[in-house]
Amino acid sequence: MKAPLSRFAHTRSGDKGDTVNIGVIAWREEDYPVLVRELTAERVKAFFGEMVKGTVERFELPNLGALNFLLHESLGGGGTVTLRVDAQGKTYGAALLRMEIDV
Amino acid sequence: MIRIANGQGFWGDWLEAPVRLVEQGPIDYLILDYLAEVTMSILQKQKLADPSKGYASDFPPLIARLAPAIRERGIKVIANAGGVNPRACAKAVLAAAPGLKVAVVVGDDVFSRIDELLAKGHEMRDMDTGAPLNRIRDRILSANAYIGAFPLAEALATGADIVIAGRSTDTALALAPMVHRFGWGPGDYNQLAAGTIAGHIVECGAQCTGGNCQVDWQTIPDMANIGYPIVEAEPDGSFVVTKHSGTGGRVSRDTVKEQLLYELGDPKKYLTPDCSADFTSIQLADAGTDRVHVSGIRGGPRPETLKLSISFADGWKAIGTLVYSWPQALEKAKAADAIVRARLCQLGLSFEEIRTEYLGVNACHGTVAPVVQDPAEVQLRIGVRDRDRKAVDRFTRELVPLVLNGPPGATGFGDGRPPVREIVAYWPALLPREEIQTSVEVFS
Repeated sequence: MKAPLSRFAHTRSGDKGDTVNIGVIAWREEDYPVLVRELTAERVKAFFGEMVKGTVERFELPNLGALNFLLHESLGGGGTVTLRVDAQGKTYGAALLRMEIDV
Repeated sequence: MIRIANGQGFWGDWLEAPVRLVEQGPIDYLILDYLAEVTMSILQKQKLADPSKGYASDFPPLIARLAPAIRERGIKVIANAGGVNPRACAKAVLAAAPGLKVAVVVGDDVFSRIDELLAKGHEMRDMDTGAPLNRIRDRILSANAYIGAFPLAEALATGADIVIAGRSTDTALALAPMVHRFGWGPGDYNQLAAGTIAGHIVECGAQCTGGNCQVDWQTIPDMANIGYPIVEAEPDGSFVVTKHSGTGGRVSRDTVKEQLLYELGDPKKYLTPDCSADFTSIQLADAGTDRVHVSGIRGGPRPETLKLSISFADGWKAIGTLVYSWPQALEKAKAADAIVRARLCQLGLSFEEIRTEYLGVNACHGTVAPVVQDPAEVQLRIGVRDRDRKAVDRFTRELVPLVLNGPPGATGFGDGRPPVREIVAYWPALLPREEIQTSVEVFS
């Protein structure tokens, strides 16, 4: 069965230069293994498609029931160079909540 | 236990926050973070125009407002308000609030030493692209080393009421009073990491007390009076994150977790001038209403290099908008975009980048946004970027005419043509830490 990530996690995103980071936090700690299994770096990269030009890295924080993703080359140059309305990638975390995962 | 409160997440944050932190309950230290990556270059330009400027100009009037409480209650203020001119900031503070003792940390500013450092063989390559600094040498606007908590703690040891730094790290502002009061040394890795993570939690102000929080955001109480964060720090490195009772907002494990993940890289290697902190060691526990206990934090030795924050001029940009209303709002906006691009092409103008976004449709979520059917209105937003200022300026004149000579239903042009802005870009680099010698100067 598929369900949107928003049912299992909340997120916060921000920037470091041209890289977006998205913290994905399980609503309930028992759902953390679902996030680990379903939210691979490859799937997150594929989900964002052309929005992410570079690689996607994933880090695990089991103590917080959370994953941290780095989406490289995702902000049109980032910082003050970018022409994007969301210059700091602050809405990327919410965008990821649309992703359908197997549950 | 000492109470450290953060009243400013960036320059431009809520002016009332630091005043309320002082007035609405007990605190020992008030920290204020004023500097973002590009703030230094803005301040550098101000200093070039007027040698008495180049610091966070909101800071002296704030201290004037807080001076009675600082005197009566012994609250100490630590701020990176000094920008590129911390001595001038100290003088302005003393003029605004006579009688206070102000300590200034200097030595982070390497703008005047760039050629000396290059000649010594420090290439100061861009940490993201690997390009050497000499490629942009003639366009550098500011250059500062991020400094850590120990120079700030040295300043606190002078007995100063106010400690002013230039480019100190955000986390150092919170860690410094712990180093000062608890006597932590450079080898106390776990404690330094704990104080650093405390700093990370509070460095964005209310973003850990219910601001920008996805979790049950509709139920977060009284956001109009949101409380800014307070760390109750213990000598063993454990601490509680809280806010003054009676204030709005919320402190919970959820709000703290969201902020812990904010702007995080590799969680096992969070590097600062003071230590390496391991975010996978953090243990959170509820400790009552609006109180989260944080413990278990492990750390490692500080890096042998300091990070430099260098800014440089990188061309010009302008962004203009028009609003198109129903019906066919998106089609009209797309037609207008095509017209603008055709006219720019007829003028022989090209740009390093031209970007069009449709606000209300997919500007934020791009290709993952669902299709919107016939929206009531769409904001067309076109931006260009180029080294040629004249080309960018010419672009700014191409939007408003569309109201009369383009598709129907355009509005929202009230501000006329958009301004041309200089792009000040950021160049992160590394430098061996022995090149940076800080010192403390006392003004009273």
